[in-house]
Amino acid sequence: MAQNSNMSKVGFSWLLKMAHRDGKASWKKLTLFMASIVLGIAAVVSIQSFSENLKENIALQSKSLMGSDFKIDSNKAPNEKVTTIMDSLGGADAREINFASMAAFPNHEGSKLVQIRGIEGGFPFYGTIETEPKTAASTYQNQSSALVDATVMLQFGLKVGDSIKIGNVTLPIGGALKSVAGSRSIFSSIAPPVVIPYQFIEASGLVQMGSRLDYVYYFAQPDTDLDLLQKAIDDKLDLEDADLDIHTTTSERLGRRYENFGKFLNLVAFIALLLGCVGIASAVHIYIKEKLRSVAILKCLGASKKQTFLIYLIQIAFIGLLSGIIGTLLGLVLQQLFPYILQDLLPLNVQITLVPKTIYAGILLGIFMSVLFALYPLIGTIYTSPLQALRIQEDDNPRSIKAGLLVLSAIFGFIFLFAFWLLRNISFSLVFLIGIIITFSILGGIAHGVMKAIKKFFPHSWGFVARTSLLNLYRPQNQTLILVITIGVGTFLISTLYFSKNLLLSQATIEAKANSVNMILLDIQKEQTEDVEKTITDNGQPVIDNIPIVTMRMQSIAGKTINQIREDSTSKINRWILSHEFRVTYRDSLIDSETLTSGEFTPRVTTTDLVPISVSDNLAEDAKVVVGDSITFNVQGVLINTIVGSIRQVDWSRMQPNFTVLFPKGVLENAPQFNVFTTHVPNEQASANLQQDLVKKYPNVSILDLRQILNTVEKLLNKIAWIINFMAFFSILTGVIVLLGAVRTSKHQRIKESVLLRTLGAKSHQILKIIALEYTYLGVIGGFTGIILSLIGSQLLALWIFEAPFTPSIVPFVVLFPGITFLVLAIGMANSRSVIKRPPLEVLRKEAS
Amino acid sequence: MVKILNVKNLEKSYFSGSKKLSILKDISFSVEEKETFSIVGPSGSGKTTILGLCAGLDKPDSGTIELCGTEISTLSEDERAQLRGQKVGFIFQDFQLLQTLTALENVAVPLELQGDKQATHKAKALLEKVGLADRLGHYPSQLSGGEQQRVALARAFSNNPTILFADEPTGNLDAKTGEKVIQLLFDLNKELGTTLVIVTHDIELAQKTKHILRLKGGSIIENTTLV
Repeated sequence: MAQNSNMSKVGFSWLLKMAHRDGKASWKKLTLFMASIVLGIAAVVSIQSFSENLKENIALQSKSLMGSDFKIDSNKAPNEKVTTIMDSLGGADAREINFASMAAFPNHEGSKLVQIRGIEGGFPFYGTIETEPKTAASTYQNQSSALVDATVMLQFGLKVGDSIKIGNVTLPIGGALKSVAGSRSIFSSIAPPVVIPYQFIEASGLVQMGSRLDYVYYFAQPDTDLDLLQKAIDDKLDLEDADLDIHTTTSERLGRRYENFGKFLNLVAFIALLLGCVGIASAVHIYIKEKLRSVAILKCLGASKKQTFLIYLIQIAFIGLLSGIIGTLLGLVLQQLFPYILQDLLPLNVQITLVPKTIYAGILLGIFMSVLFALYPLIGTIYTSPLQALRIQEDDNPRSIKAGLLVLSAIFGFIFLFAFWLLRNISFSLVFLIGIIITFSILGGIAHGVMKAIKKFFPHSWGFVARTSLLNLYRPQNQTLILVITIGVGTFLISTLYFSKNLLLSQATIEAKANSVNMILLDIQKEQTEDVEKTITDNGQPVIDNIPIVTMRMQSIAGKTINQIREDSTSKINRWILSHEFRVTYRDSLIDSETLTSGEFTPRVTTTDLVPISVSDNLAEDAKVVVGDSITFNVQGVLINTIVGSIRQVDWSRMQPNFTVLFPKGVLENAPQFNVFTTHVPNEQASANLQQDLVKKYPNVSILDLRQILNTVEKLLNKIAWIINFMAFFSILTGVIVLLGAVRTSKHQRIKESVLLRTLGAKSHQILKIIALEYTYLGVIGGFTGIILSLIGSQLLALWIFEAPFTPSIVPFVVLFPGITFLVLAIGMANSRSVIKRPPLEVLRKEAS
Repeated sequence: MVKILNVKNLEKSYFSGSKKLSILKDISFSVEEKETFSIVGPSGSGKTTILGLCAGLDKPDSGTIELCGTEISTLSEDERAQLRGQKVGFIFQDFQLLQTLTALENVAVPLELQGDKQATHKAKALLEKVGLADRLGHYPSQLSGGEQQRVALARAFSNNPTILFADEPTGNLDAKTGEKVIQLLFDLNKELGTTLVIVTHDIELAQKTKHILRLKGGSIIENTTLV
């Protein structure tokens, strides 16, 4: 008989009609599928849309972020060649010298490390300096006043008209500085900006030996072809240790930095979505199982396999579409919150606009993810025999293994492609996919193993209640697997985030304990050392280290001059080495943060012919040198030939002065140098007293109060952790919804069993105990597995990413684990009230209808 | 007379785990156009399996089934579904109405599957004929057993089938309601000139048909034509 497809007769509209007819009677169940993925989509859309907005804003405001079209900067005063290049460009339109220094507030008994920015000319040429009062930005140069960071003003109770003392200069405060191009918010929280007129820099007396100055020249030339300019002068400037920065590349760099954070958050959101999809797969599995009889009847009445399959596929796709739309709308609302949540971490004010690409992606994601994860249970309709309508029960559906594998491959393929879309990196996307597969497999494997183990080692001697609750874990149509995966992934995520945050913080705080260094004094001139030491001891504090520092640059590496290396395009030596001003110390022993990895450390030499120095392993790697290679240094005009005598591993995470290059004693003692002191102050008051005393007597000395810095770092990390937790919250909430769905879909089965038990004489409290124990088991298995997995994951992170020892916190075990178990128990119990409260007959009738 | 159903040497077995159970052995019979035909026998004798095979719901292990002039054992599942949609009607013991559809929608489905533009109109007329004009928008769960079976009757006749298979049509009904439903079934059969094949335990009901096939243990033990 020729196949005359029914499709041609009934058309797509009939399938839509059937999908609608069937769906309207099942909307409550379908709503649960929807809820499972709405939050995941909202999370993905909000992050994706905000990232796009941020990127666009950075690109649009790139000139305002720099304040000019391009700038030339260097950490030394421009030499003749650089000046000639700048003159050939028509000369700079504005210039600036900036450096970190202590500032004192004479009438307010306070001092603080700030970033001094001495500006001359009409900078910024794009955007504005935001001040309070607004006029201060335009009058500070003529009125010879300073603009002081608004937070510092608040912190010290400063008002416009008060004074600020910078080195030898005291200026009136002209206004509170809210924002200025070039002051990035993260660094600003350690050394907040203070803008002063350029002419006071010299007068401050702070430009001297050891000062870390940055000379910046701003150009406002909107018609200049920046790419051509870069090609023409970038290399020339490089040779003179100067840099050209154009507004577009600077903003791109900035954009990339935030994009990476956005990508990470996006993956967290995507995991929430995947979790929701697991919920969909489970809910559709139960839903379709209930529909198989209808499928058999429709087939008896003449419907084809394709038609019955399509009816339910349309339903799921429609629910996916609705979820996509609702999730996207929710995501768009949610992203309005991000500028407030992230305000201290962002370099600019972000204007939120609708990003069509993200809106389409959100809606398509809803459809694709729903259909993809519902596909395997949906395939069941194809293999349903019409015989089922005649009460002939066949063995399980002979669902093809090939179809199952195909669906699984499609799911993995989609996860990979989506991760690739987010990360634009094949290796990272693969690692993400493999990570997901491993996590889900381990959780699935454990759930499966637990069920098998219970069957094999069933505790027959246990009481009735405990035995029945255990049996429930592997009853027909049980939800053990799905619940363990959901609870496990949620716990894993939160716990890993917690461990990672602790790992980062413990690295920073390790040295802030006991009698270790917590204050560093920089830029002490050689002739000041004795007096500064006396001031410290007079304040009752010890001088822990007195470290001499000599600045130098490399002249040649392994026989090749720096200029030869610059011109050699095949050289693999990292470029930063070539223009870097090294701050070098000399001593006769290694310190705690250093471990020798090769060669031999020479403590002292008597001749300066070929000095055996020690370099850090990262410098050796970047400069491509090994033990025995020669390096010539230019120590402020004097050439010193050295040989790499040893290589050290340095623990840079320790908050103390560490060095890439270490000289032995006997060489640099007479070179121009300045000193760094370290001390320990017991409390904030002692720290403030010492700082005030030092700033008053030695205004050129910069003081790093490590406790203050750690506080700032901790606040920042807490802020970042809060945002990550905010995203992880979506996973948890999705987990709760999936949990609710799973509990509700197994409710009918549970009620039937419980009613039967009650009919046979079980008391309410026994039923209650059975249900409570079952959910407790599920919470314990899922939660505990999640935390153990996260312990392993965090250990691997500590080993490979943070390269730091990992001491697990007990908090996830004593707070998270019981919390999750209780949540599972509460949801389970809340949904089983009807089982306990009502008479068996009423329940049976209600459930039957 | 034209043979509407012609079964020859039918064999069917199922697997229960790894054990092969022979359900039907060498079954041959035929049903003529507009005839009423019943298959009777004890539980497990293979009655429902014969019905399923004859309606093309499954394939035999061996033997041939010619339904409305088409050899169906060689057709694909979708081809058999199409044939069912065009030529076959069904009545089930447990009514098998689609629970999520109203009475009217249930009756309209076979017509809609054939692309009939008048589906709703015809379905309404059929429901009026079985006395359910006031129950069109009711869902199966809102109808009594007798009403549900009457909806199933209307649905079975909706596509004007050449042959109608009824599996224990009164099995889930009380005697009085069952009587009414059977009367309605025979009336509609007569009016529309449909061939009727009934599987039943009920000898009284079987005796209302012109032909009785008795089964035991998967084999025919008697094939009687009543005068």
